Amino acid sequence: MKKLFALTSTVALCAGSAALANDELMELMNDPGQWVIQTGNYANHRYSGLDQINRENVGDLQVAWTFSTGVLRGHEGSPLVIGDTMYVHTPFPNIVYALDLNDSGRIKWKYEPQQDASVIPVMCCDTVNRGVAYANNTIFLHQADTTVVALNAETGEVKWTAVNGDPAIGETNTATVLPVKDKVIVGISGGEFGVRGHVTAYDMETGEQVWRGYSMGPDSDTLMDPENTTHLGKPVGPDSGTNTWEGDQWKIGGGTTWGWYSYDPELNLVYYGTGNPSTWNPSQRPGDNRWSMTIFARDADTGMAKWVYQMTPHDEWDYDGVNEMILSDQEIDGQMRKLLTHFDRNGLAYTLDRESGELLVAEKYDPVVNWTTGVDMDPNSETYGRPAVVAEYSTAQNGEDVNTTGVCPAALGTKDQQPSAYSPRTEMFYVPTNHVCMDYEPFRVSYTAGQPYVGATLSMYPAPDSHGGMGNFIAWDNINGEIKWSIPEQFSVWSGALATAGDVVFYGTLEGFLKAVDAETGEELYRFKTPSGIIGNVMSYEHDGKQYVGILSGVGGWAGIGLAAGLTNPNDGLGAVGGYAALSDYTALGGQLTVFKLPD
Amino acid sequence: MKRLGHALIFGAVAGLAGAGGATENRDLPGDGPAAYSEDGRYFTEDGIPTYFIAEDGTVDWLTFSGFRRYHAECHVCHGPDGMGSTYAPPLKDAVERMDYYDFVYTVSNGIQNVDTTHQNVMPTFGQNKNVMCYIDDIYVYLKARGDGALARGRPAKKEAKADAIREFEDECMAGG
Repeated sequence: MKKLFALTSTVALCAGSAALANDELMELMNDPGQWVIQTGNYANHRYSGLDQINRENVGDLQVAWTFSTGVLRGHEGSPLVIGDTMYVHTPFPNIVYALDLNDSGRIKWKYEPQQDASVIPVMCCDTVNRGVAYANNTIFLHQADTTVVALNAETGEVKWTAVNGDPAIGETNTATVLPVKDKVIVGISGGEFGVRGHVTAYDMETGEQVWRGYSMGPDSDTLMDPENTTHLGKPVGPDSGTNTWEGDQWKIGGGTTWGWYSYDPELNLVYYGTGNPSTWNPSQRPGDNRWSMTIFARDADTGMAKWVYQMTPHDEWDYDGVNEMILSDQEIDGQMRKLLTHFDRNGLAYTLDRESGELLVAEKYDPVVNWTTGVDMDPNSETYGRPAVVAEYSTAQNGEDVNTTGVCPAALGTKDQQPSAYSPRTEMFYVPTNHVCMDYEPFRVSYTAGQPYVGATLSMYPAPDSHGGMGNFIAWDNINGEIKWSIPEQFSVWSGALATAGDVVFYGTLEGFLKAVDAETGEELYRFKTPSGIIGNVMSYEHDGKQYVGILSGVGGWAGIGLAAGLTNPNDGLGAVGGYAALSDYTALGGQLTVFKLPD
Repeated sequence: MKRLGHALIFGAVAGLAGAGGATENRDLPGDGPAAYSEDGRYFTEDGIPTYFIAEDGTVDWLTFSGFRRYHAECHVCHGPDGMGSTYAPPLKDAVERMDYYDFVYTVSNGIQNVDTTHQNVMPTFGQNKNVMCYIDDIYVYLKARGDGALARGRPAKKEAKADAIREFEDECMAGG
């Protein structure tokens, strides 16, 4: 109750003052009792400072309360807690509930947008939504149809709406938004429909567009300065967003921006990654296809790109670069560095200097990754920063209408959007991963606006000659580029992890288990089967002096599409065992929040 | 009337080869549904496109091509091998329930089934050449899956692509 008062009065005092509104949000982020942003904090740590639940007592955890969302689809993201109110979102139709934590979760208000149902089938891979954001007494929702809505956090009344894209040409949204200072920063989905990705800043108070930076196109579109925007320390030069494309192909170039965003207030830089170039047939789009598959650092005020790093030039496997960028300050060779750690779909975990964009570490975070022998780390080399592609697994070198087999990871990536956690206590990253490989056969497709523009056939299966399962949950050392421990899982781990000051790490599984493991050793300490498979992210908050852990259940997303029926195994009959069971044997659709606590 | 509509759409988009049946009686070995073949395509006694799987497991070109096209255009909603997902129903079963004409009609026109308990929406693919030029391929592939004649995964052996199929494909993909 006290907290809410404090919050309301701060908002009143600071109304109209952008910088202070941002300070207010950062203050809330630093309060471990609340969960004010999907990613835990601007640095995307997904770390809770609460330690009431710790590795000694987590085994006693029990269900405190539950809430049905009323929607049976893939539930990604997590609730927010601000003061005494919890905000819960759903997949399409993107309902938002405000629940009163002082009154057994009574629904204070509910917002349900009216959206054209024709947006449903243009959303690749289920109608997920990764949650709402909060700032300035406002809840921000980015709907499936790309409408950005600002809702009064107290009443649910609509303050403003802005339209960010056009579903008729395949532009949709699945992501949350990032409130920074007086702006809301917003991405776009639709890489499988040939859209051109962009990031847009809207004025937090009015919804007016402030800037938009495209992933490809002329410098005026990409917001790049040929001299001052750098790639691995060198100026990108003029028209870098068009000169690695053939003709006008950049106009349907993909590079969508549907992942997680982070922000460094000191450097005033926003970090995110861009997705795959369209189509999935590499022969149809010669060149590096810049700046798809790229880590971007943009100025929050102007959108200007400070530095970029393209991880997978000329993608041949659909390894979107959208996964989260986790910001940490750590010591390397006796020197404190401002770091950015990123677990890419391509199976490589990158550590960069987030101020300069210098590449420090690039190592495989699943030993089965085989499409590359590694990244050239020699700054004086012609191919500095580029992954060396293994010819056998190159779908471009093998060509159209050739089935390239045994590529690891699969297009799902060693990790998809499911976000990792970072504990400043252990300086380890806790990473939910896929352990899946694929056959990939590209072929020619034609482009029709608003229609899928894929151009490849994929077969996926559990990584051969391994434990038979399709996932691992790992702890990663980003300085030495090493796996510290790895827990095999029967299915891909498609849930966002949470690390806590109690040295417990939580994650969900596709069968529906919430699991708690020891942050140092990975030893399992607790598990509970929720009603449906988990693809949501674990969060924690405090209410009336008690720590709670919350998770959304509701199987779906790409995991629900790929794994519901199980994956085939090309080694069938050659002694492969077990792992390729069907997810549908373990769980069915659902939509529920489960909140845990220790016994009173 | 409805049937006529289907046939017209199909005829316009994919070009119904061999309708009416060139051969009276089945002249193919085995007990599959294929009664006769023409230009590398297989048909039932009623002139409906179907699959043909030889004793050694070699599949006809269209079934193989259907496997590829299905896993490019359909599987992102309907799951691998026509098995369905948490998002959309299994098409290997759908082709057992609906006939060829209904299948083509549904793919061309989509589905809108939205109420308090359903949110099933399938887009219209009628203008999408990547789908409509291969509609027979996708149908016979799913039919082979639904009949239990074809296992999951990529067919290991396939017939060569007939010149007539290549010509049809080029014309269809290039057409306006």
